[in-house]
Amino acid sequence: MFEILEKEMLTPATCRMKVRAERLSAAAKPGQFLIVRADEKGERIPLTISDFDAAEGTVTIVTQSVGASSSILNSYEPGQSFADVVGPLGQPSDFVSMSAEELASKRYVFIAGGVGTAPVYPQVKWLHEHGVPVDVIIGARTKDLLIYTEELGGACDNLYLCTDDGSCGFKGVGTAMLEKLVAEGKSYSRCVAIGPMIMMKFATLTCKKLGIPITVSLNTLMVDGTGMCGACRVSVGGKMRFACVEGPEFDGYEVDFDEAMRRQGQYKAEEAQANEKHKCKIGRG
Amino acid sequence: MAARIPRVPVRDQDPGQRAKNFEEVCYGYNAEEAMTEASRCLNCRNPRCVGACPVGISIPEFIAHTAAGDFKAAAGVIARDSSLPAVCGRVCPQETQCEGSCILGVKGEPVAIGKLERFVADWNRDHGGPSEKMQPAPGAKKVAVIGSGPAGLACASDLAKAGYDVTIFEALHKAGGVLEYGIPEFRLPKDTVLKAELDEVRALGVKIETDVVVGRTITIDGLLDNEGFEAVFIGTGAGLPKFMGIPGENLNGVFSANEFLTRNNLMKAFREDYMTPIHAGKKCCVVGGGNVAMDAARTALRLGAETTIVYRRTEVELPARVEEVHHARQEGVEFAMLTNPVEILGDEKGWVRALKCVKMELGEPDASGRRAPVPVEGSEFEIPTEVVIMALGTSPNPLISSTTKGLETTRRGCLVADEVGATTRPGVFAGGDAVTGAATVILAMGAGRKAAAAIDAYLKKK
Repeated sequence: MFEILEKEMLTPATCRMKVRAERLSAAAKPGQFLIVRADEKGERIPLTISDFDAAEGTVTIVTQSVGASSSILNSYEPGQSFADVVGPLGQPSDFVSMSAEELASKRYVFIAGGVGTAPVYPQVKWLHEHGVPVDVIIGARTKDLLIYTEELGGACDNLYLCTDDGSCGFKGVGTAMLEKLVAEGKSYSRCVAIGPMIMMKFATLTCKKLGIPITVSLNTLMVDGTGMCGACRVSVGGKMRFACVEGPEFDGYEVDFDEAMRRQGQYKAEEAQANEKHKCKIGRG
Repeated sequence: MAARIPRVPVRDQDPGQRAKNFEEVCYGYNAEEAMTEASRCLNCRNPRCVGACPVGISIPEFIAHTAAGDFKAAAGVIARDSSLPAVCGRVCPQETQCEGSCILGVKGEPVAIGKLERFVADWNRDHGGPSEKMQPAPGAKKVAVIGSGPAGLACASDLAKAGYDVTIFEALHKAGGVLEYGIPEFRLPKDTVLKAELDEVRALGVKIETDVVVGRTITIDGLLDNEGFEAVFIGTGAGLPKFMGIPGENLNGVFSANEFLTRNNLMKAFREDYMTPIHAGKKCCVVGGGNVAMDAARTALRLGAETTIVYRRTEVELPARVEEVHHARQEGVEFAMLTNPVEILGDEKGWVRALKCVKMELGEPDASGRRAPVPVEGSEFEIPTEVVIMALGTSPNPLISSTTKGLETTRRGCLVADEVGATTRPGVFAGGDAVTGAATVILAMGAGRKAAAAIDAYLKKK
């Protein structure tokens, strides 16, 4: 069993939990994900790792309540345990295995959207600790939905906040901010975008226009997370790839986002039903 | 005289009824039926059945006890060689192994060895009481077993019996491997049959640690260098699904049989109270002709889909067990033989609407001796369907071979191992589908047992 040690609501729907998972925390690297199953009847939910501490034996996850399964996850309290937490899964970010010389020539910019802001943190922290210049753009609908601003602020060179409604920082989306920064003379050797699939699609289009290579982290459907089910298959450069073992990070230029978004919605009808049932249960108290 | 008694038929759940539920299809023998069937065995002096059993169970011996009504003694005989008798009695291809070589089969029907094994195992579970808990002796040498499927369980059981301190590492949240995620409830009930046999393995002193992906959470090098294990057995099976490489395979509604079955079996999607969704559609085509194809088709049928098996050869070449094909047909699964998909067609929203196929005919025998199917020119046609399930076989997962120093693989991704399971790295053994590519439960168990003996010999010399 995997005990929840700390819990904090980052927004009314977004929850951060620190969970005991010793083997996992000792092996985790930036860019990887894990799978949580709350209880015997729960789904296996893939979540990108938001932080890990091998000394403490813990991992941090950030989950947004969007459906029945994620709401159940977020209803757990410190002292309770998840039935299963397994990982780390997927490939670490490519920079983790780069040489010091390679890293010395890099300038990174991250575009983080919504709950995807959390998994940006271990990557930014790693790069910052290795002396690589790194800027971070966080985008959200409104001020109250911006998360990880303090953590990221302390781990990067420049932090840029964007809101759709202008309630905080730049008024507009993260990609518009990137265009503005480049127009002002900033230059980056690579962009990393993590967030909703549609945001990563547009980040890729913007980067193509600006001539910046881009890495995206695909949050596809998955069951086992070890290459067994193939639910996560995506077209990358015209080839079938499994996001769980070959990803989750891919070259954004090569990803077929429209297909990926369509595949992500494959169980929408079933999920809507489950949400209804879940709400009914809550209603009955 | 004994041979004159006809083979005792086994009772099944009514096909019309069972096509709508996930309860076990075959009811198995009762004590009286089992004793009658057991009395048919000639107790051959040179029993061919034993030689045809990959784990070498003393078949005539357990059958003699069964005929005499001493079911406990019969169970004891089987337990010497198999830790999963209730599983094997249900899923082994007996017709090509023990029963296939039974002398009675030459002129009539062979002894129903599989059904007898199942009866004895079930009886022992219900009446025998739990086995005594064993513990490895303090200071026993530690062996790691990777994967809790048939190969790993068989290897771990033998090693524990030989006094080793054995830990199985399992990537999923439940032990059993393909027995848990692959084979459906209606063929192998999980909570009664499988769980009981896993408990028996645990009772031998074997520890099972779930949620550990070797190659990610830990590595084989780590186990050997940092965790005090002196040998490792890799029984990770063949878990990677294959696709055909035809257009339309990424449409919504196309699933690997692995995904479909894992959702239903491991995640229990067929049960209202479990959260994992599954989509079988109103019409479903399953591509392939093996046991996995039958399992996927019969699962889709039970979830309410009109289901068709699409296979490029004829019924004679179907690699599935005869009993599974028979059951599938009884339940109402359609069979489109000599039919090969060439494209999956989608609607404007990207969902499957039809499977485009060509008719095939059998040509000259190929290298395998089977007549190779060749397409009939101009025979293209469409089968309207909402779901396509690909059951084309599986290959070994590269997760371990790619993260372990000194482990060689074949071009097909299988681990290189000799006949007793020794890999190219000293102290690391392997067996089952990870070495052979997708095969059967019992062959994997046989390989696990051989490797256990080899590990014992290796550690005694070390």
